[in-house]
Amino acid sequence: MKKVNWFVIVAGVAVGLAALGLTLLGNPANMGFCIACFERDIAGALGLHSAAKVQYLRPEIIGLVLGSFIMSIGSKEFRTKTGSAPATRFVLGAMVMIGALVFLGCPLRLVIRLGGGDGSAILGLVGFVIGIAIGVMFLNKGFTLKRAYDGSPVEGSMLTSVMVGLLLMFIVAPTLFHFSKAGPGSMHAPFFIALGVSLIVGILSQKARLCMVGGIRDVMLFRDFKLLYGFVAIFITILIGNLALGRFHAGFVLQPIAHSSTLWNILGMVVVGWGSVLLGGCPLRQLILAGTGNGDSAVTVFGMIVGAAIAHNFALAGNPDSLNKAKALVVGGIGMNGQIAVIICLAALLLISIRNSRQEVQK
Amino acid sequence: MVDARGYVCPMPVIMVKKEVEGKAPASLEVMVDEACAKENVTRYAESAGYKVTVTEEGADFKLVLTK
Repeated sequence: MKKVNWFVIVAGVAVGLAALGLTLLGNPANMGFCIACFERDIAGALGLHSAAKVQYLRPEIIGLVLGSFIMSIGSKEFRTKTGSAPATRFVLGAMVMIGALVFLGCPLRLVIRLGGGDGSAILGLVGFVIGIAIGVMFLNKGFTLKRAYDGSPVEGSMLTSVMVGLLLMFIVAPTLFHFSKAGPGSMHAPFFIALGVSLIVGILSQKARLCMVGGIRDVMLFRDFKLLYGFVAIFITILIGNLALGRFHAGFVLQPIAHSSTLWNILGMVVVGWGSVLLGGCPLRQLILAGTGNGDSAVTVFGMIVGAAIAHNFALAGNPDSLNKAKALVVGGIGMNGQIAVIICLAALLLISIRNSRQEVQK
Repeated sequence: MVDARGYVCPMPVIMVKKEVEGKAPASLEVMVDEACAKENVTRYAESAGYKVTVTEEGADFKLVLTK
């Protein structure tokens, strides 16, 4: 396993460059590419939540799924697989999204924030590693969501079809959607450029099997570093790019769209890491798998979108650090609702993990 | 024989690892149904000292691991 897989590094560099480029073209700072944030914005654009600052039909999500679909058709890897605990996956997807919105970013944005000098993301990384370690412990105890089965191509291409539908609706009748007039949702790269860039990223991510959770998980499970190289390649690319562009701002507080609440940064990402290991991949990987015909991953993505709506409708999501009128720091974080939600998610993850471990399943 | 068809990664590798570490077989047949699992099982098996030959069986892959 010492052999370096160069393709995953190329894909990681491409993701890093895409994130830097899309930020320069208008995406929010340290948010060139964030799967959780962008699915949350799509939930807002569809009116599933009414947080006015985070509503936009993010073409990055559409492009990633279409890119993966195109690549898998081209390489003859497209194959419908479905039926591996879809309801559990829906709920896990929703919980991963809630955890990500507590932290304010998916694992991909975690890396992007680190590369921008955001010290509070280190807390997220700590939580992410802890979450993955707990998930790996249950994998070693025989955790499984059972096997999937072949299905019809209609099922396998359902998320791709929904994404094409959203794209056509955007072209034909954009006024159907809710679009933010201020806040992160109002900040975006030109639609079709972002679509094209993410299409390429989707193609590369499918080919490289890029997964933010998989990198750390596979090192813990098998001492396999392949996917971790992709993770590191993204970080280094973002870091060098930000330094070169003068956009590297090291600090712990008041970082772009981030909060410095120690405990909840950690616990939010514990939920994300743990849930993603149970799901078999990070939010980015779920989009890519759904593009290649995995119906269970498509259900997970739908769960994530609903999770985003829940997070904003019930005020669970994190608030960024800010300055008050006297220019004093107001540490962001989450309110009581969010804290209770994180604890419920952790309890639910524990229950799902125990009840699906092999010893339990065989009873 | 490990039948890992229908499982997404990392499950196929975990199933093979359990068999390899538990029984240390001289040879092992593994069935997977996606290219990603084929690549990952191959990478793991080679690191565990096995030679891997892959044949396509319909839409599935048969991996034969030998010491």
